[in-house]
Amino acid sequence: MTTLDRLEIGRTARIAGLTVDGNRATQLMEMGMTPGTEVVVARVAPFGGPIDVLVRGYHLSLRKCEAGRITVMRDRLEDALA
Amino acid sequence: MIVAPHASLASSDTKLIALIGNPNSGKTTLFNRLTGLRHKVANYPGVTVERREGRLNGRGDHRLLDLPGCYSLTPRSLDQRIARDALFGWADGTPPPDALLVVVDASNLERNLFLATQAVELNLPTVIACNMIDIVRKRGDRLDVNRLARELGVPVVGTVASTGEGIDALRDALETVTAPQPHARRWSAGARLDASAARVAALLKTHRIVPETMADAVAVLMLSPAVLDSDDASFADLPPQVRSELAGVHRPPLPPPADSPAPDRDGGSPSTDAVQARYRWLTDLSRGVLTRADRFAPALSERIDRIVTHRVCGMAIFIGLMLIMLLAVFSWAAPLMNAIDWAVGRLGDGVASLLGPGALCDLLVDGVIAGVGNVVVFFPQICILFLFIAVLEDSGYMARVAFVTDRLMSKVGLHGRSFIPLLSSFACAVPAILATRTIENRRDRIATMMVAPLMSCSARLPIYIILISALFGTSVWLKVGILFAMYALGLVTALLVAAVLKRTLLRGPTPAFIMELPPYRMPRPGAAIRSMWDRSKLFLTQAGSIILAMSVLLWALAYFPRAPETATASDPGAQLRQSYMGRIGRTLEPAIKPLGFDWKIGVGLTASFAAREVFVATMGVVYGVGDGADEQSTPLRTQITSATWPDGRKVFTPLVGVSLMVFYVLACQCMSTIAVVRRETNGWRWPLFMFTYMTVLAYVASFVVYQGGQALGLLLHQS
Repeated sequence: MTTLDRLEIGRTARIAGLTVDGNRATQLMEMGMTPGTEVVVARVAPFGGPIDVLVRGYHLSLRKCEAGRITVMRDRLEDALA
Repeated sequence: MIVAPHASLASSDTKLIALIGNPNSGKTTLFNRLTGLRHKVANYPGVTVERREGRLNGRGDHRLLDLPGCYSLTPRSLDQRIARDALFGWADGTPPPDALLVVVDASNLERNLFLATQAVELNLPTVIACNMIDIVRKRGDRLDVNRLARELGVPVVGTVASTGEGIDALRDALETVTAPQPHARRWSAGARLDASAARVAALLKTHRIVPETMADAVAVLMLSPAVLDSDDASFADLPPQVRSELAGVHRPPLPPPADSPAPDRDGGSPSTDAVQARYRWLTDLSRGVLTRADRFAPALSERIDRIVTHRVCGMAIFIGLMLIMLLAVFSWAAPLMNAIDWAVGRLGDGVASLLGPGALCDLLVDGVIAGVGNVVVFFPQICILFLFIAVLEDSGYMARVAFVTDRLMSKVGLHGRSFIPLLSSFACAVPAILATRTIENRRDRIATMMVAPLMSCSARLPIYIILISALFGTSVWLKVGILFAMYALGLVTALLVAAVLKRTLLRGPTPAFIMELPPYRMPRPGAAIRSMWDRSKLFLTQAGSIILAMSVLLWALAYFPRAPETATASDPGAQLRQSYMGRIGRTLEPAIKPLGFDWKIGVGLTASFAAREVFVATMGVVYGVGDGADEQSTPLRTQITSATWPDGRKVFTPLVGVSLMVFYVLACQCMSTIAVVRRETNGWRWPLFMFTYMTVLAYVASFVVYQGGQALGLLLHQS
């Protein structure tokens, strides 16, 4: 278990839960970030900027502080290979 | 440029079809295809911020209403509220549409179906257009459109809006569509949610808040905590019973322990339960209709992004693009500009010789032709600027700029997305101010509006170019450098002012940044040129209306009262000095002399508060009338270099040029901007604040530049 902002670039993980307030959680989930969904961090903007997450086949960007409140579980197989 | 909805085409026997879809789903392109209208299309979220209406091609009795793009029917910003209100029949005096056209980006099916299924559940006659189906094919995937239609219970048509594929089939489907068989929701989030939704639906029906067939779907949407958001006027107007029922739904069953507005844990609220349940259904649904090819090709988009969002390359590319744009404005346009200059000169000479001397001839030659002609000369530059901006918008690059600049913008206290309206302001502040409707928070939206006019818009370009090309030698790099500095000054000032506003008048938390990065798309030359032409046309319209009127007014002020012949024979400047304009100018002179300006510049500066281009028109009129005997048509650029003070010193030193440009960068000289800010903020408070702070800033900065330059002995002589 880790949080999305700490997930290495290119690693696959599943969303475990969101610990943001209700309205923001609804918004993130409406964009497809529901628990159980597979996500990959595609890149991080320079100078500690937002991250670009591949979710449900499209790119979504969000800030590190929001990503830090999304817990994710790394893909087991990738974990074993790493 | 104010984008007004089309004059109402409403009549009782026409059918209104609302068009809704995710941002970047090709909604506006499809709208243009179906109606033959040309609306601006761009590849970044939030291009359509207002409702627009057109008639379905060849069918006068079907009206199509283009609504702002949104990801769900739970609105979070003003543009999305406009979309929702139109669908629910909550927009002032407008009933719900007779039918819906839902656009779905087939290459991003799952997330697009989220909104699409919310819309289908409204039980209106609905057609789904699966757009960009060519991208699905290109990937080697297969989308079973018929199966999707069966699953959703509404007709589905595969389309490619950019080429026109499937448009005829879509038009047929829209003409024959009927109300779907009302059916139960195909997903459930458990007994608690269903019970709450049923109670809310019953209340909605009793109070007739939405049409009866919609009530169930709207009730589910109201389970979102955003419903109790005080910003949303439509919800504030709900009857008290409905509000208290909703408040009950959102409150935990037991009264919470003291001081704990604790954040919801995942899955803890009815609204997130509903979202998750819908997505579970959609994941299965899209697995059933979409057969994926078994290969994973890192798209070209990926590779471009690796460079464009790189920490060094990304910045270099952004600055490089700006430099190329400004260089193009200077060098590519030069031949065309000289040609127009020459044509305007010939036209003036022709009219003069045709009419012979007299007041009418003077009005046409020194007023209309000198004023409007000198502004029209800049048409090629404006076109090049707009072409660049159109290509950048169409390609998807703007969203990357927002991504890369978000860090900087969050320090300012804004959203990376605020950067997009700022960049559009390079073209014109008015559409940029409308584009701020996509910003969720009102304070952030106002802060963005307040600083957008500091960005150098196309109306400033003629002034920069005339001063730079007249006063700064022959090196094109020096000229581009100075032009770049003016654009940078506007941008940096905008960021600083926003930072100050967000810490004082508009204090508030830095907003969250949740934004889609759309795939890059090859800019379509046709679309880019059309967008360039649509916007450039406004420049010509402006020249034909406000600048023409101002030119005639300024000419009259410079021409009357007439000085005696004897006075003008010995001194060509006598007429201008004793004219109304001269008298006004001399009254103004003490105020602007500390900035290095003579009274003629002062008149131009004052007249520019109508529109900035008027400065160039004023100079044209002033030197046209002032010339007197010497009627040779030289370009205005040459004329201004020979202007002198009464004591023989040159008026336009490079330092005066810089001081004047700095004034134009910072001053709020645009009636349309003030009008649109007044409309968007519903009052005079913010437009007056904007006008005052910008003008004071302009005066102070100009003063510092000129007095500082004088003291240091910089830039005092023409090269």
